[in-house]
Amino acid sequence: MAILTCENASFSYDGRTVLEGVDFALNAGDYLCIVGENGSGKSTLIRGLLSLKAPASGKITLSGGLKRSEIGYLPQQTEIQRDFPASVWEVVLSGCLNSLGGRLFYSDEDRRRAEENLERMGIEDLKNSGYQELSGGQQQRVLLARALCATKKLLLLDEPVTGLDPVAAGEMYNLIKLVNLCDGISVIMVTHDIHEAVRYATHILHLGHRQLFFGTAADYRRSAIGRRFLGGSGI
Amino acid sequence: MSGLLSMFSYHFMQRALIVGVLVSLCAALLGVSLVLKRYSMIGDGLSHVGFGALAVASAFHLAPLGVAVPVVVLAAILLLRLRGNAKVKGDAAIALISSSALAIGVIVVSVTSGMNTEVTSYLFGSILSLSRGDAVLSAILSLAVLLLFILFYPRLFAVTFDETFARATGTRAEFYNTLLAVLTAVTVVLGMRMMGALLISSLIIFPALSAMRLCRSFRAVVLCAAAISVVCFVFGMAASYVFETPSGASVVAADLIVFAFCSLLGRKG
Repeated sequence: MAILTCENASFSYDGRTVLEGVDFALNAGDYLCIVGENGSGKSTLIRGLLSLKAPASGKITLSGGLKRSEIGYLPQQTEIQRDFPASVWEVVLSGCLNSLGGRLFYSDEDRRRAEENLERMGIEDLKNSGYQELSGGQQQRVLLARALCATKKLLLLDEPVTGLDPVAAGEMYNLIKLVNLCDGISVIMVTHDIHEAVRYATHILHLGHRQLFFGTAADYRRSAIGRRFLGGSGI
Repeated sequence: MSGLLSMFSYHFMQRALIVGVLVSLCAALLGVSLVLKRYSMIGDGLSHVGFGALAVASAFHLAPLGVAVPVVVLAAILLLRLRGNAKVKGDAAIALISSSALAIGVIVVSVTSGMNTEVTSYLFGSILSLSRGDAVLSAILSLAVLLLFILFYPRLFAVTFDETFARATGTRAEFYNTLLAVLTAVTVVLGMRMMGALLISSLIIFPALSAMRLCRSFRAVVLCAAAISVVCFVFGMAASYVFETPSGASVVAADLIVFAFCSLLGRKG
């Protein structure tokens, strides 16, 4: 069952088209990796999927009961966050922002969900630690727990392993796959790491100012573009 | 000691202390978000706009707060809009607006009344400048700022920590940024009568920076900044009364001492 459909969408800035012909569907439980070089339109598509940017043509529709505000987003870290005084608990709880609705403060149910996701990420012992004192891998786990507080259906991860050492990156990939398999949460991940992408993802979307490939990871390995990008190891 | 206590027997001192404590609280709470969002200079820019507005108001014999509050609120909204503009960068926009407002203020003052003590009190602050009506209005406005900050606390935290995430979850980040700017504008105008246009921004920045040296969670920083701000204000005022130093400058000096102390303490801890 499709939960997100992108129909021939294009995006432009100041009348200049930066990405066109994006046409794919994401089913519940899918794990989609968006790959492509820098400036290929990956970030633009992410903004489009989050409805932070409207497509210039075509359309993006959510179905299967998924709402715009219920996508668990893990953005790239900003400069501000690195020295931001916040406890792990405060950051994770802020993931429940979309369930506030008309309420002013977080409910007991929100707190319970935040606790649950701390445990899920194995960081419950860091609950009262300062976010700025954590290692890069721990910080990404905190942000993933926050994203999980915001969603029950779809995670959108923008280069979640950038800047992590290989061990922490591997752990992060495993955690994401675990959430995908055990909880049935669909995943869309932007990544530079093409080898890890084909290893973990069910589907690949390859962008280069337009859609170059969309299909299963297995088909991608066999495709001409996939073989070229995987640098021979896929042959 | 009795000399110090005698300062509470003057009505103008009581007014100044009540309003000052409330404004210090507002400034400290907002300051944490402003410093973290790299908006520190907005407070400084707005105080210059406030000076221009007060100068014009006094030249035309208008109610000072009645003119300054709306003008500075508008300037705050304009500054936020300009931040998103690629043509004029944020810090340049602030410098542009604040120096223009200062220039207009200086011209209006020199054409009308000349550089008198009233103008000096706008620049460097005076606890005598607060009338009874001003004090009541200041108290009401600062209570409103405090209330809004507390009510929107979860959302303000989310927007401060990660604006993109907040937007993605359907929060109107633009609205909360504007709210922050408007509340700051009101606080700056209320505080500048006492602290002076040139010194009010320190009331916003110092407590937040001091608290960040000591605390690791957002809530602790906010509470600590509020406490530091109020304590520094009261001590600054007391020092100003005992040593007959200018009130605004004395409060800033107290803030500076606490900041130095916190920096030392934070390094050890």
